[in-house]
Amino acid sequence: MAEVIEHRGDTAIVVPRNLLRTVAERCRMDSKLQFNLLTDATCLDRYPVEPRFELNYQLVSIPRSDRVRLLVKLSGQDPVVDSLVPVWPGANWLEREIFDLFGIRFDGHPDLRRILLPEDWEGYPLRRDFPVEGYRDVPSTGELFRKSTLS
Amino acid sequence: MTTVDTVTGAAKTMVLNMGPQHPSTHGVLRILLELDGETVVRAVPDIGYLHTGIEKSCEDKTYSQAITLTDRIDYLNPLGNNLVYCMAVEKLLGLEVPKRAQYIRVMMVELQRISSHLVWLGTHAIDLGAMSVFLYCFREREEILNIFEMFAGQRMMTSYIRIGGVALDPPVGWRQAVQKFLNMMPSRVDEYETLLTQNPIWVGRTRDIGYISREDAIALSLTGPTLRAAGVAYDNRKVFPYSSYQEFDFAVPTRTESDCYARYLVRVAEMRESLKIVRQAMKKITDEGPIRAEAPGIIPPQREKMKTEMEALIYHFKIFTEGFSPPPGEAFVAVESPRGELGCFVASDGSPKPLRVHFRAPSFINLQALPKLSEGRLIADVVACIGTIDIVLGEVDR
Repeated sequence: MAEVIEHRGDTAIVVPRNLLRTVAERCRMDSKLQFNLLTDATCLDRYPVEPRFELNYQLVSIPRSDRVRLLVKLSGQDPVVDSLVPVWPGANWLEREIFDLFGIRFDGHPDLRRILLPEDWEGYPLRRDFPVEGYRDVPSTGELFRKSTLS
Repeated sequence: MTTVDTVTGAAKTMVLNMGPQHPSTHGVLRILLELDGETVVRAVPDIGYLHTGIEKSCEDKTYSQAITLTDRIDYLNPLGNNLVYCMAVEKLLGLEVPKRAQYIRVMMVELQRISSHLVWLGTHAIDLGAMSVFLYCFREREEILNIFEMFAGQRMMTSYIRIGGVALDPPVGWRQAVQKFLNMMPSRVDEYETLLTQNPIWVGRTRDIGYISREDAIALSLTGPTLRAAGVAYDNRKVFPYSSYQEFDFAVPTRTESDCYARYLVRVAEMRESLKIVRQAMKKITDEGPIRAEAPGIIPPQREKMKTEMEALIYHFKIFTEGFSPPPGEAFVAVESPRGELGCFVASDGSPKPLRVHFRAPSFINLQALPKLSEGRLIADVVACIGTIDIVLGEVDR
């Protein structure tokens, strides 16, 4: 069903986007798995490669002392995925952070707002095509423009 | 601006804005409190005031340069941040760190844990009105910072732990300095306990305040002393040992009451356990031996070699001009910081700069539980609840 990657002693399972919620529920509820703690969720942008986004969920099973990583690949055109808040409520802020910094939307998230940046912020700063120094002001017009338009 | 919808048609509740400039929020945390009289109906934390884009900045630095940025995430635990980042890069590289360097790392992060808990205890107590504890805690913290200064030349932003080992050999006289601290500290911890543990005002302000059930704590991804006070003995040093922690003899203190008082007891007990680890680490650190792994082209060569060997000079130049390139891949490493599970995710695309550096910040995730801890309680208890989860806003916002 899914591809499994072993790298430097870590196990990662590549999950298709439409199966994420099902796999997550199975990981948490199955008595042989018992991954009851979601410790981390983050995103990786491989721009300009497509599918550019890779979501990484780090799961821990406290009863079994085990770790696993779930990996979901998303395209840049349609970065939407099911929210895992119904499975692990702790995913709430983690998903808000990914939404804030990468612009990935989570279906079924109870409160999907920006969390670190101001609400009127333009763009998603952790994407690879966002300049490190941010957008610059044009002093004469007050408009914002990208660094690439300078050169 | 974050707003709170009040209960429709009811003029009973009012919204109070707590922070971002508030002495008991440990930095710049803003909380919107919906109140019914003095009772908190809803608490909505609003964060991001200290966001400095550290993760983005790391992508524009070489792997070694990014170490200095990690110091500034959780500024009460810079050595722990160095450690988790360096371990993640070492995992990407497949690098083995010499035992002596591992023991030095363990000793330093345990001293750091004590100093972090001292700041927590002092500020938590001052929030709840016990002024003198703060002065005592900072007196001992000063001793730890002096030890760091001796080792690294810096008191706080040490950048002492480097990729492949540590920056410098322990200085002359370090054993006496650490031993002096170890001799003094146990009685000082007793002193804090005589000030607080049986103190009726302290017990009144913390017992049965900020309760969270075991199930909720796991579901909300809590880690660290907050989770251990709820009866879950989850500590990365025991469950997934790193940096030779499996060779050390120490206990993981837990409680089951899961209130502010239980978390206080857990942290005080952890200070004593850390002292035990430091004592053992001191014995394990030999006077002679390597402090860095041997990896030409990745780890800077020794000064003496640069003066006699051409390759060493070339590697030195290349490491500090263009850096080194780990093979493509991703690595996630987690350590136990004073606040909980501190994780670091590093991805490489085979270039000298990281593709992505992400920190699993325990303060950020633990802060999610604040509404759960404080709703239904009085405003004064919100202050106790913020203190008890031990947040560092630099780490929350990164």
